[in-house]
Amino acid sequence: MVLTFNDDLCKGCDLCVDVCPKKILRLDDTRVNAKGYNPIICTNMDDCVACGICAMICPDSVIKVVRES
Amino acid sequence: MKILMKGNEAICDAAIKAGCRAFFGYPITPQNEIPEYMAAKLADSGGVFVQAESEVAAINMVYGAAAAGVRVMTSSSSPGIALKQEGVSYLVGADLPCVIVSVSRSGPGLGGILPAQSDYFQATRGGGNGDYYLPVYAPFSIQEAMNLVVKAFDVADEYRTPVMVLLDGMLGQMMEPCMLPEIKASNYDNSWAANGNSGKRPRNTITSLNLKGEGLEAMNIRRFKTYDTIKEKEIMVDNRVQDGDEVAIVAYGTPARIALNAIEMLKEQGIKAGLVRPVTLWPFPYDTFQNLTSSVKRVVVCELSMGQMIDDVKIGLAGKLPVSFYGRTGGMIFEPEEVAAYVKSCI
Amino acid sequence: MSKVVYEKSRGLTDNPLSYCPGCAHGIIHKIVADTLTSLDVLERTIAIAPVGCSVMAYEFYNCDGIQAGHGRAPAVATGVKRTNPDKIVFTYQGDGDLAAIGAAEIVHAAHRGENITVIFVNNAIYGMTGGQMAPTTLIDMKTSTSPKGRAEAGTGKPLLVSEMLAQIPSVAYIERVSIHDVPNINKTKKAVKKAFQNQIDGKGFSMVEILSTCPIGWNKTPSASLKFIETNMVPYFPLGVFADSPAKEVAE
Repeated sequence: MVLTFNDDLCKGCDLCVDVCPKKILRLDDTRVNAKGYNPIICTNMDDCVACGICAMICPDSVIKVVRES
Repeated sequence: MKILMKGNEAICDAAIKAGCRAFFGYPITPQNEIPEYMAAKLADSGGVFVQAESEVAAINMVYGAAAAGVRVMTSSSSPGIALKQEGVSYLVGADLPCVIVSVSRSGPGLGGILPAQSDYFQATRGGGNGDYYLPVYAPFSIQEAMNLVVKAFDVADEYRTPVMVLLDGMLGQMMEPCMLPEIKASNYDNSWAANGNSGKRPRNTITSLNLKGEGLEAMNIRRFKTYDTIKEKEIMVDNRVQDGDEVAIVAYGTPARIALNAIEMLKEQGIKAGLVRPVTLWPFPYDTFQNLTSSVKRVVVCELSMGQMIDDVKIGLAGKLPVSFYGRTGGMIFEPEEVAAYVKSCI
Repeated sequence: MSKVVYEKSRGLTDNPLSYCPGCAHGIIHKIVADTLTSLDVLERTIAIAPVGCSVMAYEFYNCDGIQAGHGRAPAVATGVKRTNPDKIVFTYQGDGDLAAIGAAEIVHAAHRGENITVIFVNNAIYGMTGGQMAPTTLIDMKTSTSPKGRAEAGTGKPLLVSEMLAQIPSVAYIERVSIHDVPNINKTKKAVKKAFQNQIDGKGFSMVEILSTCPIGWNKTPSASLKFIETNMVPYFPLGVFADSPAKEVAE
């Protein structure tokens, strides 16, 4: 399962962090994107079930979800 | 072959012939025959008529049709034109062409329905917000009104601006023999229009918004360069002052015809006067007043108002000649005798 | 074999959205953009943007766009649609734009049965100008112009716009939906799709009222704001269909 993030569009709003059923998303406080926000990061890609909820709720189309079968 | 037509209706025939494909209006005296005629006739030529819920809505429908690249017209009278001013400012800010016919009545406020010229400032100084002007045409006959409506559509498209044709209520209501003007084929580029063809070209956006100071300033400066071109090429003035005339009478619209009668009366009393009749109220013919023949010693401005165009006449004269004013307001119309008597009293 | 579950819609431009972090305008933009591409009408669509937070929506939809005066979008849309009946025209408006200054325009576009689609985003506040009270601000809700909380006395109860417009005989379809969680996002997608399909089929005036958020104006986190819709907005603004009778006679 592959999540890819368009970091510079992220505004660190946390919506995806809250809705992820696997709790594998969080804001990366070690870096800052072009807008000055801490962008999103996936803490454990293997646990991702590619449900796509994070991408659906994200207001800024930051997340692309691809299911590998 | 001339036919007898009412001003308001003749204007519609001219607009339809000029390719007007949409009209959005609202009832208000004394321009009602325009929406009525358009309601009856526009669809015959494949055009669209909508009676809007207000003049505010009407001018915004005009904005929509113009943004989509369609020749569009609206009309109203005095308070209705006042309601449209925000929309006009948006049309200017988005560089959108359209024709606005203003058939003025007496004011202020609900005022009256008799003809007046107390909307000169509203027309020429722009009633909306921001730096802008509208080309304003002031016919004094029904034939000229038809010709100027056709010209208004061309000027609107050529310079991408709203254009106003300003009539006093008399011209809208009276009937005169007239003929549909010839229309020269015109194909103005409207590839900028937001007409829903973003599959065939980059997407188009129509907006007057620019939150960056430099951006908006650049838009305004570019627009004023266009205004300079309009001033160079589009000024129209009917200057009948001749050598030997000692008084120049300045009037526009139907009052100019009254002034012509007064001039005849004055001639019989041995007083030589000539008419200066601005046809474009904006751009105003300032130079005409700098170059009046040297025999002219005095200028008399006649308006159906408390004096508005007189300000522009003074700007044009720049103190070169003394200026007097004779006006009636509230819908009252001066008689030729009154004007002649006043002019005589000034000499 | 890999399958794309979700990616940015082709119906959105590359311009980053100007909305505050977590504002649901972004969610709604995606829903509308996905609908335009799935119905394959994007290239013949004209978006009419209001004045408000979504004033620059015409820079976000990947089709022709027109910015309308505050409250005037339904009139602008009328001018566009009547002269270009084969194009898809939609207005995207906030609650101040549609229900306050633009109340006459929306009522009369519905009254005329204009064959347009209206996306009405109700977040119960004026966001762009700094969080003032809107016609849909809830009772007791604090805003910059109801600092002690909106009191019914003097400002009335929040306006039920969908119910109000549903009384207009020539309306084809009105539904109120929300985006506060994924199931409701899916319901919103269905409603928005129907509202555009009505226009494609020439069935007349269709509006979707979408309950939305204003994290900054509500002084809540984005997630708490979505929750607030569920706990406070939905009880007062019931979700559902308020009109569904496609017009017989629609202006061509």
